[in-house]
Amino acid sequence: MEQKDYFDLYREMVVIRRIEERSAELYQKGKIGGFLHLYIGQEAVCAGVCSVKKPQDRIITTYRDHGWAISAGIEPKVVMAELLGKVDGCSQGKGGSMHLADVEKNFWGGHAIVGAHIPIAAGMALGDVYLGNNDAITICMFGDGATNIGFFHEGLNLSKVWNLPVLWICENNQYGMGTTVDRASAVSEIRQKAEGYGMRNERIDGMDVMSVRKEVAQVLETIRKDGGPYLLEIMTYRYRGHSMGDPERYREKEEVKRWEAEDPIGIFRNYMIHEGIATEEALDDQDAEAEKIVEEAVYFAEASPEPGEEILFDHIYAEPTPIEYLGYALEKKSEGK
Amino acid sequence: MARMTMREAISSALWEEMERDERVFIMGEEVGVWGGTYAVTKGFFDRFGEKRVRDTPIAEAAIVGGAIGAALTGARPIAELMTINFAFVAMDHIVNEAAKLHYMFAGQFRLPMVIRAVSGGGRQLGATHSQTPDAIFAHFPGLKVVSPGTPADAKGLLKSAIRSEDPVLFIENATLYQVKGEVPEDKDYLEPLGKSKVQREGDDVTIVAYSKMVQAALEAANRLSADGIEAEVIDLRSLRPLDMEPVIASFKRTNRAVIAEEGWRSYGVGSEVSARIYELAFDYVDAPVKRVAQAEVPLPYNARLEQLALPQVEDIYQAAKEVLYG
Repeated sequence: MEQKDYFDLYREMVVIRRIEERSAELYQKGKIGGFLHLYIGQEAVCAGVCSVKKPQDRIITTYRDHGWAISAGIEPKVVMAELLGKVDGCSQGKGGSMHLADVEKNFWGGHAIVGAHIPIAAGMALGDVYLGNNDAITICMFGDGATNIGFFHEGLNLSKVWNLPVLWICENNQYGMGTTVDRASAVSEIRQKAEGYGMRNERIDGMDVMSVRKEVAQVLETIRKDGGPYLLEIMTYRYRGHSMGDPERYREKEEVKRWEAEDPIGIFRNYMIHEGIATEEALDDQDAEAEKIVEEAVYFAEASPEPGEEILFDHIYAEPTPIEYLGYALEKKSEGK
Repeated sequence: MARMTMREAISSALWEEMERDERVFIMGEEVGVWGGTYAVTKGFFDRFGEKRVRDTPIAEAAIVGGAIGAALTGARPIAELMTINFAFVAMDHIVNEAAKLHYMFAGQFRLPMVIRAVSGGGRQLGATHSQTPDAIFAHFPGLKVVSPGTPADAKGLLKSAIRSEDPVLFIENATLYQVKGEVPEDKDYLEPLGKSKVQREGDDVTIVAYSKMVQAALEAANRLSADGIEAEVIDLRSLRPLDMEPVIASFKRTNRAVIAEEGWRSYGVGSEVSARIYELAFDYVDAPVKRVAQAEVPLPYNARLEQLALPQVEDIYQAAKEVLYG
């Protein structure tokens, strides 16, 4: 890694942190609607994984997807525009916070039904094998909570039976909404569930981005060389509630503080200074740069227009379909025009 | 033209499309080595191999979810659900993923995939295996729901479904598999999705039906004809998108309509079609629209009770008489 690569990685993590902080403010102001699930505290996972993946590797994740979208390469301003439901958002304002995607960047969403994207991820790996894209790996994230639902087990089983190149990543942030892992899962280590499918697995630290990079790079190499699935349980922590509507009655403030002392951005910062890769001042400059990127993103998103009425009925089908066949609501609408 | 059964028509559509396009493959329970539980894919495993005719675990979310994922990468999967009753196990993937991903990501995701499923009762399989829940799936924007009533349409519509860029739920009826008809042999014979079709012309009464009830409606129409009544039989073929044009055109001539479906009456296909008739042609109504449908019970196992609950030719015949003579 060159110094520039370290700076890029660090700045990316700070951008994600600031985007989330600004999102929380904009949510409280009523500018972001629906649900908002913040990624604060988990930045080392998305930044680490995406910094070692190859362009042909597909990323698919859950509704806690802002960090993944940015690490996968969607511009922060496009993410912010989507959060505000604007036409310049990555899904023209049709998806919102939980459904960010950019297929050109090989970022396949943003999926909001817990665990439902897990069989889809197995299917993407199947598609790559079927079509002969032999060097591609599907990297699929889910929370600890998703490993208790049937989709997870059907997806894992299929990936092993058909030996599909999937890196399953459980971002274990220790709570499924407000329920701790031990209250919801029969085994305390999520990685044990892979054992049931005869699947290689490992539990790693997710707070140190350099260690995430090293471990994930190795696992990706193993999959590329030997094929087949692999499950990584990455231990992390979300500082904020499950969503903005979370009263957080299930944990003490001290617990959050303890984790904050091990902040992924702080860890990476200290590492670079300790290793002589960067000075405090240089990193402060990166912080300022990140701040600027986020301010510009918010400005861009606020200035972006609302989607027009004309796109309401776009994208129901990929194939052109006569407007009068699309259904009752549309008939009324087209009559009104 | 060749005379063949519905089963052969469906099978030949699959075979031809797999020969035509390498991206097309089949996945489902017992589709391969077994040859399909309804023998639709008999011989496919030997011809196309295990890569393209994939036996899956009994795990419907993995079957439909897996097909969605493969479709996103540019393959063209055909997922087979042994019966539509098992679609409930994959409900999220059908209605919440397949039907929505294209729209929700503003056209970025494409899902050129087909889900084949067998619907309908009448085979003494009991309440959980005998349902006709087609209307439920037609409720969701984004999905195409197709259900043919004749061998020719089965072939032409399935080939269109496989070539479609959208997710299509293709609903077959097991009691129709032995029905025979003339089927075009042209390898590019296609029937358009989302288009209703007049299967029999007549000026006295309009009978709207789809799938198995098309055959029943044609039989009822023959009986009516013997009584001097000429019924027009319109086959919806697609439940979504729903093409009302031939229905409305016919109704404006006959002013009387019967809608026949195998599923339950409440919130069903007949409810939708009759509501649209009233909305689009109220001034032409000479008699209340009649719905013929299944009795509102979980289908019993006993053959006599089961047939009592299922809509029959006689019910359509009587309903037509009622809309004509009150």
